[in-house]
Amino acid sequence: MTNVSVRCLKGLLALACMVAASAADATLPIQQWRTTSGARVLFVETHDLPMLDLAVDFPAGASRDNADTSGTASLTLGLMRSGAAALGEDEISERLASIGAEMSGRFDMDRAGYGLRTLSSARERDEALGLLAAVLQKPTFPQKIFEREQQRTLAGLREGETRPEVLADREFRHLLYGGHPYSQRGSGEAETVAKIRREGLVDFYRRYFNAADAVVSIIGDITRSEAGAIAEQLTAGLSRRSEPLPSLPPVAQLKTAQVSRIAHPATQAHILIGQPGIKRLDPDYFPLFLGNYVLGGGGFASRLNEEIRQKRGYAYSAYSYFNPLALEGPFQIAVQTKKDTTEDALKVAQDTLAKFVAQGPTPQELDAAKQNIIGGFPLRIDSNRKILDYLSIIGFYRLPLTYLDDFPVQIERVTLEQIKDAWSRRIRPERMATVVVAGADSH
Amino acid sequence: MLTTPFPIRSVFVALTLLCASAAAFAAPVAQRTLANGMTVIVKEDHRSPVAVSMVWYRVGSMDEVSGTTGVAHMLEHMMFKGTKKMPVGEFSRTIARAGGRENAFTSRDYTAFYQQLHKSKLALALELEADRMVNLSLAEEEFAKESKVVMEERRSRTDDDPHSQLHEQLMATIYISHPYRSPVIGWMNDLQNMQLADARGWYEKWYAPNNATLVVAGDVEADEVLKLAEKFFGVIPARVLPQRKIQTEPKQFGIKRIVVKAPAELPYLVMAYHAPVLRDVENDREPYALFVLNGILDGSDASRLNRELVRKSRVADSANSSYDLINRGPALFFLDGVPAEGKTVADVEAALREQIRILVDQGVSDEELQRVKAQVTASQVYARDSVYYQAMRIGMLQTIGLPFDSSDLQVKKLQEVTAEQVREVARKYLIDDNLTVAVLDPQSLPGGKRPRPNAEGVGRDQR
Repeated sequence: MTNVSVRCLKGLLALACMVAASAADATLPIQQWRTTSGARVLFVETHDLPMLDLAVDFPAGASRDNADTSGTASLTLGLMRSGAAALGEDEISERLASIGAEMSGRFDMDRAGYGLRTLSSARERDEALGLLAAVLQKPTFPQKIFEREQQRTLAGLREGETRPEVLADREFRHLLYGGHPYSQRGSGEAETVAKIRREGLVDFYRRYFNAADAVVSIIGDITRSEAGAIAEQLTAGLSRRSEPLPSLPPVAQLKTAQVSRIAHPATQAHILIGQPGIKRLDPDYFPLFLGNYVLGGGGFASRLNEEIRQKRGYAYSAYSYFNPLALEGPFQIAVQTKKDTTEDALKVAQDTLAKFVAQGPTPQELDAAKQNIIGGFPLRIDSNRKILDYLSIIGFYRLPLTYLDDFPVQIERVTLEQIKDAWSRRIRPERMATVVVAGADSH
Repeated sequence: MLTTPFPIRSVFVALTLLCASAAAFAAPVAQRTLANGMTVIVKEDHRSPVAVSMVWYRVGSMDEVSGTTGVAHMLEHMMFKGTKKMPVGEFSRTIARAGGRENAFTSRDYTAFYQQLHKSKLALALELEADRMVNLSLAEEEFAKESKVVMEERRSRTDDDPHSQLHEQLMATIYISHPYRSPVIGWMNDLQNMQLADARGWYEKWYAPNNATLVVAGDVEADEVLKLAEKFFGVIPARVLPQRKIQTEPKQFGIKRIVVKAPAELPYLVMAYHAPVLRDVENDREPYALFVLNGILDGSDASRLNRELVRKSRVADSANSSYDLINRGPALFFLDGVPAEGKTVADVEAALREQIRILVDQGVSDEELQRVKAQVTASQVYARDSVYYQAMRIGMLQTIGLPFDSSDLQVKKLQEVTAEQVREVARKYLIDDNLTVAVLDPQSLPGGKRPRPNAEGVGRDQR
């Protein structure tokens, strides 16, 4: 399959390539349709293993929280499996366990939903899907369980107050996104979670778990017609949205550098540097993504790792990444180093970034980055679980169905100039948000 | 990378590991021993055009001696620092340019190195892996830098993580003689005083083909792989391995308790019981019963600890159990929990003990037993979705000293466990004379309040 793309790239037999690019020979023959309720479905049929993986996602992630009741989105999702239709919490768990099925919440800034892994044999599959259908469409949000989960969330938040990595992350979001919803932690804050009431969950569920916004991703040992019936079963009872989904406010870039230092007795300093980064559908996606491999995404092959770890022994982990979201998700550099080397490591990270933005990668680095990402492409889709995650992303962010086929082609096309241009326009070393959690006396 | 010396937290993961190669037997597995004593195992899986190559050395932190703890893991790091043929960093760069991913892990029982790549690049991985089995450079300058890196790793994994610290102290209390008492990453003192000669000695002693297993899984042909293995590894001469002494932990004569103070908000309690480990896949009974017992206590949301302690009585915010069925050394059965608001570690301990009492008095229900068995069966299928885990499982079993193809049999034996056997192992092993209890005593941060960004740092100033 990758071979098809590569052959096409080399311009062999244009006509044959057009034929080859048809669904039958595509990397992944993804089938897409909408349910009668309007939900989007993406399906890959594969009978290699007698199992089924699926996920149903909604635009109900942490960014949908109100600032003063943040944590609602996460609690809503968590509570859905704690009571649905006539089923109680224990019954749902016991029934899932008795067929060896796994149902798990999926949650990030943009998305919330449930994933299901089950055997594809009729007894297990039907039972598992029945449970998921109830959880998605008829959650009851029991008051007592709500109170319990609220308490557990608050305890977790209190514990987090003592952890340097948690403090660093919270402050970093705050600096990057100010009052924007992307500044909110999925867990919420102690003050906001304390304010949440059960009714808030019910309301959140009604508002954001709608059929028209649902994305159903399916891969496994079933036929197209079975997948069709399953998608109907999982979405027919979802509510129909009466008003348009509210759009998120735009993300503002930082106008100045922002530095925040938090004292903590940990033996290591936690350093985060970054700014709002890229969207899923971003014209600069590929130059920024490929460039980041060279800067800090390519493990031992990356400059941050080379400069901070391999040359100087300052850190075990030193890397950078983009987290592309519906809007500009974070670009982040992260380093942990012992207190004595905090300032040195911070400076090396800043210098490495500044130099990369100013000069871009070398031709050799670009070549190595392309070879890794293109050559390693099959590793991104070598299991049903990995493919399921791509189906969800493609469906949720409305990426083209050929996204995976196009991916290596898009990478191959990126030029050195495009990387330099995109990085210099989009990434501003002189306007970074920097968080350093370190420096209090040791315990 | 480092494999946690502590039990895998989720039984589902454990089940997945347990079952990976059982499921694998749908497709052929080839095994051969080269003339130099190296074992080669190939698991074909043609679903995707990828391959994973792993070399497992039967040496881990349990083979270390006092004063040089952490050397097994240190050597793992040094394996990336160049050979006579490949300069520093070139190994990783070469694998990366081939589109590969690579890493390594060290545990108490083994050290393993792996590459995941397109199937056409397999030969490259084998060639490089064979090269560093014998030609490692081990330069002083690289060693000096890498030991700093490892100390940072220790700070991040253990020193700044209260639960890890607790577990480290707990292990050193449970075992008074067995090497499992020392952390895989090593005590900080030993890392600070480690010499290049220590790493070199380790390499020369243990990195030999007759102490290694090559596992290749993926879209490969077994014959081809065996030929490549012969070509690259077959030429490396065998070495006389050091004698391995049997180390049996002396009997415990009563309950042991420790307290660990660390910056944290919530207290935490761990109870660890000595328990038998799987040695004879065919004839052992108790380890399988303990595995099922663990599933009944903490196999899923439907299991007892979560249901009773977290959901029903609200004594705990979390409650878990775990059991490490497969080890070169001895095994433990763990129970742990974080008290809920207004509850104490004593309350959690009492509630965990009450669960043991109920188990022993009343046994387990058929439904509970069937749920655990259903999960084992399903996990066996799910594990086949990952070529990596299939290779992982084969390598682990072989290196631990169990038949690499015994997963099927293990799954069968688990299905045979009876309610009475589960009750019996609970009665026999979850007793005070086997028990060590560790408690995390949380210390508030300096100043006694939440850290906040300091005034002068928060400035939204231009840099």
